[in-house]
Amino acid sequence: MQNATGDIQKKSPFAVKDCALITIATGIKVQNLKEFAAVLKDVPVGSIYHHFWGRLLRALFDEPEYNNDFASWASHGLHDKQLAEQLSMVIPTDYKDLEGLRQEMVEVVEQRLDESEIVPWAKADQQFHFLKSQIVVFDTGIRYDHPAELVPQISKLSTGSIYYHFIDARNRTDERYDDFSSWLNGFDGDEFEELTRNLCGMDPYFSSLKEIRLNVSTIFQKFFAKGEQ
Amino acid sequence: MKKQSNQSLQNMMAEYQAVTGSNVMQQLEQLAAPLKGARVLHINSTKEGGGVAEILHKLIPLKQALGIEADWDIITGNQEFYQCTKGFHNALQGMRQSISEKLLQNYEKTNRENEEKLRSKLKEADFVFIHDPQPAPLLKLIPERRGKWIWRCHIDASKPYREVWKYLREWITPYDASIFSLPEFAQPLPHPQYIIPPSIDPLSEKNCPLPDHEIDNIYSEFGLDPQMPLITQVSRYDRFKDPVGVIEAYKLASKLTPMQLVLAGGGASDDPEGEAVLNEVKQASNGASNIHVLLLPADANRTINALQRASDIILQKSIREGFGLTVSEGLWKGKPVIGGDTGGIRLQVIDHYTGFLVRTPEGAALRTRYLLHRRDKLEEMGMRAKRFVRENFLITRHLREYLTLMVGLTNENDERINVGNA
Repeated sequence: MQNATGDIQKKSPFAVKDCALITIATGIKVQNLKEFAAVLKDVPVGSIYHHFWGRLLRALFDEPEYNNDFASWASHGLHDKQLAEQLSMVIPTDYKDLEGLRQEMVEVVEQRLDESEIVPWAKADQQFHFLKSQIVVFDTGIRYDHPAELVPQISKLSTGSIYYHFIDARNRTDERYDDFSSWLNGFDGDEFEELTRNLCGMDPYFSSLKEIRLNVSTIFQKFFAKGEQ
Repeated sequence: MKKQSNQSLQNMMAEYQAVTGSNVMQQLEQLAAPLKGARVLHINSTKEGGGVAEILHKLIPLKQALGIEADWDIITGNQEFYQCTKGFHNALQGMRQSISEKLLQNYEKTNRENEEKLRSKLKEADFVFIHDPQPAPLLKLIPERRGKWIWRCHIDASKPYREVWKYLREWITPYDASIFSLPEFAQPLPHPQYIIPPSIDPLSEKNCPLPDHEIDNIYSEFGLDPQMPLITQVSRYDRFKDPVGVIEAYKLASKLTPMQLVLAGGGASDDPEGEAVLNEVKQASNGASNIHVLLLPADANRTINALQRASDIILQKSIREGFGLTVSEGLWKGKPVIGGDTGGIRLQVIDHYTGFLVRTPEGAALRTRYLLHRRDKLEEMGMRAKRFVRENFLITRHLREYLTLMVGLTNENDERINVGNA
């Protein structure tokens, strides 16, 4: 794991990165819940990452009903709403790493299999295809020395930048913080403690990247507006 | 392929920047930096007609503009060769096909002949992209190859006819990677399978903005009524595109809502069945005055552009579809698309948002009538459609994914790739 802002020393400028995902098929597909449970135990951990977060970089037109692909498939493929609800409430940051997250998912699915009288099946064209992804990280060349400089700029960041600094960071860093919070923690004293607390308190799992961008921007604006009063 | 001058390549980059924004071009430059000077060779079986050739015409100069030594060659064969590869195409799309031993031997012989012609380029290339089954055996014929070889499948191979897939798999297995347009098309293969949907070029003659008079000329050129709603399907004459189903849909819809239908297509030089299907279509239209069956030359790009822009609705009622570039083209022009609920169309037509997915001529007729009666919905979907293509299906995204794949393969498929100073 690397530091939140790469290998940059604390209090160094905030380096704005951008990113994109490229999808790779694992070649594994399942049609029923029993197969799903078996595959989930062994599928590459990158596949767990992809199905939890990769969807945020996909084009969506409506509010996602569930916040990970597994839950969506349980609902729309298997028509098992109960399982979909349970899988949707598995929160990735509650677990130390993706293996921990995987274990919890397996628990939930096996519990459901124990309760079910029949194994839920999907139609042939509704199979679940396990995917993974490569993330490519770009340097935008943009640097900020002080948090106040970010206030007018956050709303202009690309959704790829928001994904990298807010979503990917929570999985990439040991502290499980977003990159903004990690950077703010590097400043002396408790000047930005409230700002950090507000950022860390955001639940990004039901929001699109555009909504997350708006929320982060609002948090920054409110914090610095209060400071000016 | 003839290389363009540095100045014209730079001008081209500036034009793309105007459409996509500077950050997109900056990303491409960062990704291409480690690939500068790399020799990249694309091989397919036709320079004109069909989506593959169309994409390569633009992808190659863009790669060159980024400092990559990109080139494109085609393999050629006799009539039996194309008969065999059309059989492969149909079989990959799930049609039961019996391909004779004689045709298979001719297929392998044709590839050996082409290998002799292309050997030095294939041997020296750092990356070789082999498009579709036609040139697939080339890899095994070049044991002294030095580069990474990638098989690019443009076909809906979700349920291939097993007998034929078993034969083709032998040629494809040794590749370093393969590319499919959708996860559903991927097959069990021992190498990484990238999922990269195709794209359209916003600056090409087929997709660039047109002056009003050029769109208006379409009406007189093809005897269309400017006052009557126009629905259009642009496709090769291929049974999988279901042109006869489109005519059925038109007949059902036009009983109550006056409209006119254009079926516009050309032939691809590697498709021997086109003429037979065109005859079936003409027979189905039965000379109806408001059904216009057009056979356009391969370079009629501006005409297609104008026809799509003049249309109220674009149809793509395919039964199987690898991707369906004509769907993206229609959406890019701000038109809702009524498309077959299959393959790559599902990726582009988001039901009730950018158009409608249908399974029958009745479904296509119902949605056509609905949109013609609800102009507000038609406009709303059209606006979303254009934005959707801008964000997902332009050639710059396609190129970014090709470059990522190349950088990924040279980095032994690391899950995280940092470029620039990232």
